Amino acid sequence: MKIDEAKTESVILEIPKAQPVMRDVEIIDTDAPGDDVFVLNMGPQHPSTHGVFRMRVTFSGELIEDMQPIFGYLHRGIEKLAETRTYTQFIPMTDRLSYLTSMANNHAYVVAVEKLAGIEVPERAEYIRVIMNELMRISSHLMAVGFFLNDLGCSVFTPLLYMYREREKLLDLFEMVCGARLTYNYMRIGGVSQDLPEEFLGYAKQFVKEMPSYIEEYEQLLAENEILLARTKGVGVLTPEMAVNSSASGPVLRASGIKWDLRKADPYSLYDRFDFDVPVGEIGDNYDRYRVRIEEMRQSLRILEQAIPQLPEGEVRTKVPQFLRPPKGEAYGRIETPQGELGFYLVSDGGIAPYRLHIRPPTLINVTALSEMVVGSLLADAIATFGSIDVCLGEIDR
Amino acid sequence: MSIKFERYGKGLAKGMVITLKHVLRPRITTQYPEERLNISRRFRGSDFVWDKDRCTGCATCAKSCLQGNITVVTSAGKENNYVVEEFEIDVGRCISCGLCVEACPYTALHFGLSYEKGTYRRGDLILGRDKLELTPASQPSGYDRPEFEVRLPKQTMLLDRAGRKRQK
Repeated sequence: MKIDEAKTESVILEIPKAQPVMRDVEIIDTDAPGDDVFVLNMGPQHPSTHGVFRMRVTFSGELIEDMQPIFGYLHRGIEKLAETRTYTQFIPMTDRLSYLTSMANNHAYVVAVEKLAGIEVPERAEYIRVIMNELMRISSHLMAVGFFLNDLGCSVFTPLLYMYREREKLLDLFEMVCGARLTYNYMRIGGVSQDLPEEFLGYAKQFVKEMPSYIEEYEQLLAENEILLARTKGVGVLTPEMAVNSSASGPVLRASGIKWDLRKADPYSLYDRFDFDVPVGEIGDNYDRYRVRIEEMRQSLRILEQAIPQLPEGEVRTKVPQFLRPPKGEAYGRIETPQGELGFYLVSDGGIAPYRLHIRPPTLINVTALSEMVVGSLLADAIATFGSIDVCLGEIDR
Repeated sequence: MSIKFERYGKGLAKGMVITLKHVLRPRITTQYPEERLNISRRFRGSDFVWDKDRCTGCATCAKSCLQGNITVVTSAGKENNYVVEEFEIDVGRCISCGLCVEACPYTALHFGLSYEKGTYRRGDLILGRDKLELTPASQPSGYDRPEFEVRLPKQTMLLDRAGRKRQK
């Protein structure tokens, strides 16, 4: 479609004058007689809500009595858009779910499609997927920990910027492989889009070798920091029962002491071949969630140390038709992304596009447990707890 | 009178040592417009290069585009072939996914390497034949094109510039 420039100008002039519109807003009467609670709307535009997220907090004095998470401001109807695109064309859209874990989102979706259509993946491609996923996990946890510390205001900006530096090295690696720094679109149905460049493995090895010393540096910077300990120990406790009942997943669940990792519990790809531990926390407070993420980075490096030398030669992609028509049926594919269990539920009617697609975003489920964690604490602690969940609004609202 | 670090401040002091070490480290940032790094050889951006001699007008790229940005208009040629009358890409709506470049069966459509493509009008973002055609001056990217990839300069890596080796 060609846009006529003269036409566009005339359209701008024809915009009618703004009329006052009565919007459907829930009016909260905070000055109701006999009511000594105070209601505060945090967000949707607030620097510490990580996007357009709104917390409606009811205070009794200084303590939080009730907290309601309100979201949906970033809704783009991605699930509906999938119904008008072919199976391959939806892969770039999954990048836009949680943009700090794009590679893992790609993987979860292609796992679901491969399950639906019964497509085999070459071994080299599976190894590349594992390597990419673990690099993505390190990158995402760096950002999660960095922004969590930023929310605490403990060393203001310093740890975040140190972590940005390490993430930049990972982004360089991703850029080398797939040409983009944020929206990778690297996985394809039946493999990955292209083979790794020659020099990639050397750089990846160098990164795996250097990264532990940087993690040590973070430990020295933060592990004994009195401000960090005072702000995180015993704050925002999520009990194991509550974590299971709210079907939380990922580091949030593991910090509560529950050893549940899909890489071990339901091994997909090649994760049953690697030797690694699942770090768990003790009581499920903010400090445990922070510790679990730091430990998971170490475990990811362990997986990378094993996976990079084992990488076999061969094809990286099975031939799949451009307009794939999976048989009638349904499939649910799930993987352990850095934030938790990401699942794609696909229904096929035998056509070139999915009949229905449903996304199970990990952070949406995790954030439902937030009100349990913050009731009874101070507002500043509520922000820290929210940061410790590692949310991404692109995924919650989708 | 000595300061007691036992209960408070020991961890903070340890952290300050790290911060002090960082003060002495070499700078790793770059001053962008003056100082430019080499981008990825497989760069994906809002610049395309179209080889009109190789293009047969099959419109596979247009079918693979998930936004419907590519317009291909053809007419019947003399030797039972298509003549490409019009070839346009609306990069204003492009999400640079690269599916069109991968789909091209005759390797006629490539990504370009330039990246400062801002315009004042949306209409200028629709790239016609004049802006897309492959000329000796145009630089195709190596995305899904290994033959171009080997010719391009090596990407600048932060691992080279800020690795542990260099600091010692």
